[in-house]
Amino acid sequence: MPSEKQQEHKDKRPQDTEEIQPNPELTEEGEEIKEDLDRLLDEIDEILEEDSEEFVENYIQRGGQ
Amino acid sequence: MTTPTIIGTETEYGISVKNARDQDPVAASTLVVNVYKDRGLKKITWDYDQENPLMDARGFMSEGDSDPPDQENNSLINDILINGGRYYVDHAHPEYCTPECTNVRDLVKYEKAGELILDLSRMAAEELLPDNQEIIIYKNNTDYKGHSYGSHENYLMSRNVPFQDIVNGLTPFFVTRQIITGSGKVGSENGTDEVDFQISQRADFFETEVGLSTMVARPIINTRDEPHADEKLYRRLHVIVGDSNMSEYTIYLKVGITSIVLQLIEKGVVGEQFKLSDPVADIKKVSRDLSCKCQLALEDGRTWTPIEMQRAYLDLADKHLSDIDLCLIEKDVMDKWAFVLDRLESDVMSLDRHLDWVIKKSLMDAYIRRHGFSWSDPRIRMLDLQYHDIRPNKGLYARLLKNGRVKRLLNQEEIIHAITNPPVDTRAYFRGMCLQKYPAEIHSASWNSMIFCLDGSSLDKILMDRPHFGTQEIVGELLKNCTAAELVEAVLGSNNS
Repeated sequence: MPSEKQQEHKDKRPQDTEEIQPNPELTEEGEEIKEDLDRLLDEIDEILEEDSEEFVENYIQRGGQ
Repeated sequence: MTTPTIIGTETEYGISVKNARDQDPVAASTLVVNVYKDRGLKKITWDYDQENPLMDARGFMSEGDSDPPDQENNSLINDILINGGRYYVDHAHPEYCTPECTNVRDLVKYEKAGELILDLSRMAAEELLPDNQEIIIYKNNTDYKGHSYGSHENYLMSRNVPFQDIVNGLTPFFVTRQIITGSGKVGSENGTDEVDFQISQRADFFETEVGLSTMVARPIINTRDEPHADEKLYRRLHVIVGDSNMSEYTIYLKVGITSIVLQLIEKGVVGEQFKLSDPVADIKKVSRDLSCKCQLALEDGRTWTPIEMQRAYLDLADKHLSDIDLCLIEKDVMDKWAFVLDRLESDVMSLDRHLDWVIKKSLMDAYIRRHGFSWSDPRIRMLDLQYHDIRPNKGLYARLLKNGRVKRLLNQEEIIHAITNPPVDTRAYFRGMCLQKYPAEIHSASWNSMIFCLDGSSLDKILMDRPHFGTQEIVGELLKNCTAAELVEAVLGSNNS
């Protein structure tokens, strides 16, 4: 790792007496991830076969190899 | 001389017709396979003379029936594809076999092309049914009622390797590789212990260590001995223990790591050192342990986790297979094998874009969290089944892929290309191109034969006993410039094969 990056990190380190604020970028990312997942689950709700119980019960195959 | 890498997979698909009065999977499978068959190839049949399913690798013929279908049925249920593969009705399932491939990346491509072929034929067949009927096809291994159907892998090996070496070397590998290759399943079957979710669809069905049967009392190591090639030189190892996979990454690893382990067995460096005390019990134990860290008892007294067992094979490969032995793709397989084992060790669920069983579990966990269902809710089992639905707009794997939640290795264009174009570097090239160029003059074909009927009555049989011949490099010019008659003369006349 280049040493200038390490220097940058050192300069940005908060003082011990400062309060640590929640990182807004991370929270936003977390929100997005949650929204993406919700959207996916919505889609799955829509396309999942209705009457799952009956459908799975009626799905019978002959044994193959 | 090292054995050339030649691999292929066969997948039996589940099939059902929604709103049909009675389910008839044989009729549905026949319809689906038949409707796909290209007009020009409709009368071509499969050459069953080359089949010998009762031959056992341990050196004897098994008793039993192996009746090939009559001419008419043969043509109805068999489709030899212009990409060099085979598409046919196996008992009550449509089955797709990839053409022979020299590397695992091609293998994934051709297996994925098969899913598209199944979906294309599904759509065409559905057109012929009443409006309210839907044909649904699943690339999975069970109906949850104890009926299982397979995903088989085939690997070319040298005939010189004693079969017992294969049994010793492969059994512990197969018992444990499911932590990478499993497709995941809700519930248990075949009289085994209850479970909410397990790693493998097939594990419950394995009851013996070694055997010929593929349909009952299934063996971890299958002894079928039908090389479809020069039987003095080659063996075709027929593997029935795997799950049907949706994820490209999983298929790639499944076939890639197995191919590497077989190289180790051929080198004679895997003996009995990994032998398990009870592989048949362990294959189910491993399937039920989602941490992949259960203790497996080896015969020599050690206990290993499945991760440790897989790592032992990987370490052997690192030690004994050098840069000369491994092509670029195989080196990539080894990298991914190591990566996946590390992740399984540290954080299993971090592989929820790579391995089918983890992708599936992750989806189910999220769905359960949202709805508050229990694992026994029928909707969870429906999620399991629909993960494998091959329809792009209904399949759950397909939906995850569409939403960027699955890691891909291939692009869609090359998969589509593989529907109609054979690999260029195996005998599948000769097979596929003959079918494309001379459809009216071919009588029948099989994996190692092409039978021409040039004059309407007599037959000319070309044997293709070496799978790494018949490539574009060897026969390309011939195929480009010759008529069927000239080709037959060139090949048979000069006694070259």
